[in-house]
Amino acid sequence: MNARDTVLARLRAALAGAPPTVPVPPGEHRRQGDLPPGHPELVDLLEHRLTDYRAEVHRVAEAAVADTIAGILTAAGAAAVVVPPGLPTEWRPGPVEVVVDDDLPADRLAGLDGVVTAAAVAVAETGTIVLDAAADQGRRVISLLPDLHVCVVRPDQVVATVPEAVARLTPGRPLTWISGPSATSDIELNRVEGVHGPRRLHVVLTDG
Amino acid sequence: MRRTFLGMPATAPRGVGHLRGDESFPAAARKALGDAQLRRNLRHATTTIRAKSGAVIGEVPDWQELRAAGRAIKSDTMARLPELLEQLEAAVTGAGGTVHWATDAVQANRIVTDLVRAAGADRVMKVKSMATQEIGLNEALEAAGIEPVETDLAELIVQLGRDKPSHILVPAIHRNRAEIREIFLREMPDVDAALTDEPAALAAAARRHLRRTFLSTKVAVSGANFAVAETGALAVVESEGNGRMCLTLPETLITVMGVEKVIPTWDDLGVFLQLLPRASTGERMNPYTSMWTGVTPGDGPQQVHLVLLDNGRSAVLADAVGRQALHCIRCSACLNVCPVYERTGGHAYGSVYPGPIGAVLSPQLTGVADNASLPYASSLCGACYDACPVMINIPELLVHLRSQAPHPRSEAIAMAAAAYTMDHPRLYAVAQRAAGLGRVAGPALPPPLNGWTASRDLPAAPPQTFRQWWSENRSES
Repeated sequence: MNARDTVLARLRAALAGAPPTVPVPPGEHRRQGDLPPGHPELVDLLEHRLTDYRAEVHRVAEAAVADTIAGILTAAGAAAVVVPPGLPTEWRPGPVEVVVDDDLPADRLAGLDGVVTAAAVAVAETGTIVLDAAADQGRRVISLLPDLHVCVVRPDQVVATVPEAVARLTPGRPLTWISGPSATSDIELNRVEGVHGPRRLHVVLTDG
Repeated sequence: MRRTFLGMPATAPRGVGHLRGDESFPAAARKALGDAQLRRNLRHATTTIRAKSGAVIGEVPDWQELRAAGRAIKSDTMARLPELLEQLEAAVTGAGGTVHWATDAVQANRIVTDLVRAAGADRVMKVKSMATQEIGLNEALEAAGIEPVETDLAELIVQLGRDKPSHILVPAIHRNRAEIREIFLREMPDVDAALTDEPAALAAAARRHLRRTFLSTKVAVSGANFAVAETGALAVVESEGNGRMCLTLPETLITVMGVEKVIPTWDDLGVFLQLLPRASTGERMNPYTSMWTGVTPGDGPQQVHLVLLDNGRSAVLADAVGRQALHCIRCSACLNVCPVYERTGGHAYGSVYPGPIGAVLSPQLTGVADNASLPYASSLCGACYDACPVMINIPELLVHLRSQAPHPRSEAIAMAAAAYTMDHPRLYAVAQRAAGLGRVAGPALPPPLNGWTASRDLPAAPPQTFRQWWSENRSES
């Protein structure tokens, strides 16, 4: 018997005599929140939760996104940033060097000061943004190596609960769930922002 | 000689991995209890996490319904484990990944070592993983001339300090900042000599130390928190970004996962991604969760392997009561509420799985005889059951396993003698009078019964038995 057959045979033997399986009852937990996606109160809650975990939040009109991003990058002293190929061109910050990711090597990405991406969905209750590697978010690595991540979220992407986000996401895509900047509590349980991932996270919440 | 039939449930083999301690729990605990620094660190840590976790659990209106859903999904998973694993295998393979099966630690270590060699690497970077600690993967890799680099900050502290993890979630919980600074100054070749013991400075030192490793290492080894049978997605939940580095940057990714980590459907993630962070770190959501399904062309590792590990889990599954220990999602909430863990720390349990869940999981994985003292490492207070986000009835399991633990011959002889005595009223009266005289003997029993009184006083027998009182006060009027 090969290892696969052995493991499966052992597990089947372990279950021999067990009562026949019954389907899991659906359960009474919430599948969605009280407010529909994009509700202004949800966007407020998302802002509060993000801020609580040390992300910086900017509420701006859609037309002001590029200026807002430029302001964030300039204030942070960022000279060159990477963007995914599908980032809306009108979001590209003017005064900063913009490098469009084209399979850039990791060393090159690690030398850039920041990254600007869109998001796939955001969870208000937990203060989470999820990236799914679509064209406006790019490869996973580009939002990992630069030290500053600017992420633009539209109101229709904001859902109340985790189950709603799971239902919206496409299984099979590489997903990164982000809740605040990189952090650790490994030293005496003091939360320290910034270990290996981006040490600063800015979320730009647009009005539509 | 004991015969092992290949297809029958089997416990984890001896001589490999970290499921068995060198000494019994009482002996190890006695040493830990003498370490005042350890006890201070532990009490601070467990108290802090309890408060954080309680606060964010209080925000969730349907927490009890979520716990019930978590339990229902896990018990359904265990009942259908073989077919779910086959479904997972097909989904991962269909997405370009390669699935391997390992009956035990020895096989799993060999599979990983061979894969690393085939990739032409002499170094691997590791995401914190209980399964690879359980099988002793680091030792196996080192024996094969491959350097394993732990990238989780706490695991790095443990590895650099040539130490053992003492907590599932925060393995360096037994070290304070001054000790960590000393370890870094001693072990990091490029460290700034002016390093302070501020947690932020220590974290920054780890960032600099590991950055080059992340960018230049071609193979990573991870565990998995969840594997979705329906879609083939694997998930790793973390905080620092070291997980993202290991899951994204290398050419080859090898994930070692206990078979019980599979969950049936994509939607089930919506339950567990709420339960785990709030019960574990006391956060609404941990900073980073990564999910990947086989290979994504042009994004992340292009060689993706999944090693499905038995190593005693089939033996746990075979016990209809004990099976629920496999529901564990490794949140460590039961450690943080346990009065025994808070005083002894994790090392006393001997196994990589400490605390209440370790006391019921380790003896089942190894066979109770090899971890016979662990089911007694508890006061049965029940706090672990209340804290468990998937409602594992740990007290019930402890009692169940105590009944299976080997009992000393002296105990059986004493019990038989007691039964005979109680069956014979005259003998019983004599014995009771003798016990009364025993009051002069003091609070300890003589050998071989002194084990019982080593950690508790023998209650003083009353000056008069009930039967004596009855005959003096109520007997035949």
